[in-house]
Amino acid sequence: MNEALVDISRLQFAVTALYHFLFVPLTLGMVWILVIMESAYVITKQEIYRDMTRFWGKLFGINFALGVTTGITMEFQFGTNWAYYSHYVGDIFGTPLAIEGLMAFFLESTFIGLFFFGWDRLSRGKHLLVTILMAIGSNLSALWILIANGWMQDPVGAHFNYQTMRMEMSSMWDIVFNPVAQAKFVHTVSAGYVTAACFVLGISSWYILKGRDLPFARRSFRIAAAFGFASALSVIVLGDESGYTVAESQQTKIAAMEGIWDTEPAPAALTLFAIPDQANRTNHYEIRLPYVMGLIGTRSTTKEIPGIKQIVARNKQRILNGQQAVIALEALRKAPQDAALRAAFEKNQGDLGFGLLLKKYVADVRTATPAIIDQAAWSTIPNVAPMFWSFRLMAGLGFSFLLLFGCAFWFSLRNRFAGKTWLLKWALLWIPMPWIAAELGWVVAEYGRQPWTVYGLLPTHLSTSSLTAGSVVASLSGFVLFYTGLLIAEMFLMVKSARLGPASLGTGRYHQETATPHGKPQLAGKEA
Amino acid sequence: MFDYPTIKFIWWLLVGVLLIGFAIMDGHDMGVGALLPFVGRSDTERRVVINTIAPHWDGNQVWFITAGGAIFAAWPFVYATAFSGFYWAMLAVLWSLFFRPVGFDYRSKIEDPRWRAFWDWGLFVGGFVPPVIFGVAFGNLLQGVPFHFDDTLRVFYEGSFWALLNPFALLCGLVSASMILLQGATYLMLRTEEKMAQRARRAAMLFGVLTIVLFVLGGLWVGHLDGYVITAGGEAAAQSNPLAKTVVRAAGAWLANYQRYPLTMALPLLGIVSAAAAVSLALVRKAGLAFIASSLVQAGVIGTAGVSLFPFLLPSSSDPRSSLTAWDATSSQMTLNTMFWAALIFTPIVLSYTAWCYRVMRGKVTEQHIRTNSKSVY
Ligand code: HDD
Ligand code: HEM
Ligand code: HEM
Repeated sequence: MNEALVDISRLQFAVTALYHFLFVPLTLGMVWILVIMESAYVITKQEIYRDMTRFWGKLFGINFALGVTTGITMEFQFGTNWAYYSHYVGDIFGTPLAIEGLMAFFLESTFIGLFFFGWDRLSRGKHLLVTILMAIGSNLSALWILIANGWMQDPVGAHFNYQTMRMEMSSMWDIVFNPVAQAKFVHTVSAGYVTAACFVLGISSWYILKGRDLPFARRSFRIAAAFGFASALSVIVLGDESGYTVAESQQTKIAAMEGIWDTEPAPAALTLFAIPDQANRTNHYEIRLPYVMGLIGTRSTTKEIPGIKQIVARNKQRILNGQQAVIALEALRKAPQDAALRAAFEKNQGDLGFGLLLKKYVADVRTATPAIIDQAAWSTIPNVAPMFWSFRLMAGLGFSFLLLFGCAFWFSLRNRFAGKTWLLKWALLWIPMPWIAAELGWVVAEYGRQPWTVYGLLPTHLSTSSLTAGSVVASLSGFVLFYTGLLIAEMFLMVKSARLGPASLGTGRYHQETATPHGKPQLAGKEA
Repeated sequence: MFDYPTIKFIWWLLVGVLLIGFAIMDGHDMGVGALLPFVGRSDTERRVVINTIAPHWDGNQVWFITAGGAIFAAWPFVYATAFSGFYWAMLAVLWSLFFRPVGFDYRSKIEDPRWRAFWDWGLFVGGFVPPVIFGVAFGNLLQGVPFHFDDTLRVFYEGSFWALLNPFALLCGLVSASMILLQGATYLMLRTEEKMAQRARRAAMLFGVLTIVLFVLGGLWVGHLDGYVITAGGEAAAQSNPLAKTVVRAAGAWLANYQRYPLTMALPLLGIVSAAAAVSLALVRKAGLAFIASSLVQAGVIGTAGVSLFPFLLPSSSDPRSSLTAWDATSSQMTLNTMFWAALIFTPIVLSYTAWCYRVMRGKVTEQHIRTNSKSVY
């Protein structure tokens, strides 16, 4: 396969997925904050909670529109740009995607219409029900897409069929209850909850700092503080769970994340700081905490975490086996009934994916030299430095959220937050941080899966469509152009509506609003 | 659990149902989008038009998304071949759809007339371009498209984007566009009043007549096209391997199913008769019935295309044995069965809450309503 095509296709996927995930986390968390606010309205019957639901709902809607726009791309991109991937694993991978549409997107997208337009047509209780169904829908969509993505990280419940040249499903149950997928789901949705909580906390803090709409802002702040505190705790606990499942299923990823070049005696130390050196296969300036990595990664004091050099040595053997599997498979495709060929293939079938790695360097795997096999074995390790640092930044931010929400929650319990200028400024400043953490999380998860699209089964360089690199450059430019334009419009509206605050609802009860002689509310300023 | 040939046939039917559902539901939103600049003249009128579909377009768009997911799950070969082969056509669909979420949601949040006019035309593009391209794609399927598989079943597409735009395919594009416009127009008759309902009614009659004329023309043309016939291999019970069959081209082969199963003639008839019914019902101002008739047009036309091709899904003109059929482009039996149960459980649930939403939001959208709720409607 053409290397430029593979690189540019990866870049296009990365760009469009990271873009999609700018909007996803806010949606995932905001829906629950809306449910909380509206429940308060239904229970207390105070107008202000209804206004809160509608105002934060308005900001949520502005974000949602781009979540949908960028999501449409994702649904079809596997077919347009990853045709061989779609053929090779569509039997398994398509199912969660289709169920996501049927079970989640319909629910979310149908009820979002009633959420916005049903206020006057539904009773309080029914409208709350609509909001809850919308929240369930969006979180179910995360569940199904992460089951799909979890399968790419740890492909359980499937087998290879040499007659159809693809992976086929053996057990839907295993795919759905894959521990990797489940850990990913809870960690990722918690990340979304943190994002939404930070967003509401930060903007409410700004209103308080400006001294406007105080009753509205204080209530919003307290809800965000409580919800955010729980979410910040869970994102850390469940991130640890994710790390544990990765250590179980993807040794190359955990070794790269942690910069473990050599297996050490159990329990391994955790490297807090280091400058990884890929060329010399070592770290400089290490600061290490003894025992911690072993405890986190294996939850025991006796299991080892294998180092990169040891994994490469093992993978070299798997590539040699895989080479035999590819040779046998090619013969078997020409004589599908031949029992001897079939037995030869089945002997090494488990390492087929490793054999396919060689196709990046040679068309006929028989011609692979020892140097090439060595190169292929080293290619199974993702670059250490970006993994190491992305992971540390994400986790570091995770602890900063715990601290921020810890303070916010503490002072809101004691009702003393409104005077704490430092806290309010911190919250405002911290609004973008959850997005940074979440994007880094995806870099760890996806870049760390390289060189595979499906771990151990299908190398990335085989997964593309048969397009020209030029076409993909052109389509990527189109996406960047479109998305940038849309993002500018989105940010403009978001900032405009946030600045206007609850007055944007036009109820006449908020900042800078005055009643007109006809009793109809109007804005005092020029802004409308 | 069904045996393999049966479940393959069921999935051929189910994908058909999804495509028809898409044309009826997302189709009327697209039709409304494409008619927006013409049916709505002033800003308030345009907001009326947009708000007839405001609460529903997003849910309806999921028909499109789910059809994509279902084709991925049921026919991975088709998902891979069609979307990478028709690369630029697919991107044109995606990019024109980009105008819709933002157009609906952001348009009325800023007062500037140029901003609003921009999104009005954006919504036009989002409503008009996709149906034309889907029609053009079907037109090309009926002629065969140039692709082949290598021995590892990697697909190579040999055509260009411009080659898709041949006369027969463009005719199919027009059929598709006019039936979607008919769908949008009858819906607007139902949900607006006075001037706008009048304009929608005229559009419904125009596009109803056009649908009939173009569809009949297409039918006559198809009889003269080369169709495709499986001559060996490709059995319904076999594992999915498109290379295990021989296929030849034969003039008039696309009409064979109608001769073999005369009952299927009901589908093209349904297309024509219900289009005629939609026009007459629009004439006598029975908007609700006209919308139902128009929905039957979608079923008739899409069904006709499906039956003509059957069992082919994606015939290959350059290497006929690589053609994809309902028997050799599918997923494994387990996947098809699993997906069948998912569809059986969730489709009725989706249909019932969708119906509930339309019930809650029923009634005409008026200019008065837009003016009094200026801040909360689109
Ligand atoms: C963890 C969550 C998550 C992840 C990893 C993804 N998505 Fe997403 N997606 C959502 C969570 C989500 C959501 C929260 O449900 C969205 C975001 C904002 C929104 O409007 O709904 C959404 C919207 C959304 C839509 C529009 C749905 C609609 O119209 O309602 C589509 C078609 C996709 N996504 C498809 C994908 C695909 C194919 C992905 C994989 C590559 C993907 N998403 C990754
Ligand atoms: C929305 C959240 C996601 C983000 C931010 C994300 C991020 C990324 C990134 C950064 C890459 C590039 C990795 C590289 O090439 O080095 C990538 C590649 C890829 N991801 Fe994801 N990803 C997301 C979700 C998913 C999901 C849910 C799936 C599958 C269901 C998926 C499948 C892929 C595929 C097929 C590639 C291309 C092949 C590859 O380079 O590995 N991604 N993604
Ligand atoms: C101490 C805190 C954290 C730990 C230990 C942690 C751990 C992890 C690990 C190990 C992964 C990789 C999983 C994989 O490769 O499959 C991951 C991914 C990810 N992280 Fe974190 N994380 C933490 C904090 C955060 C925070 C604060 C956010 C965002 C607000 C976040 C968002 C994500 C996302 C979106 C992913 C990609 C999806 C996934 O693979 O689950 N994480 N995290």
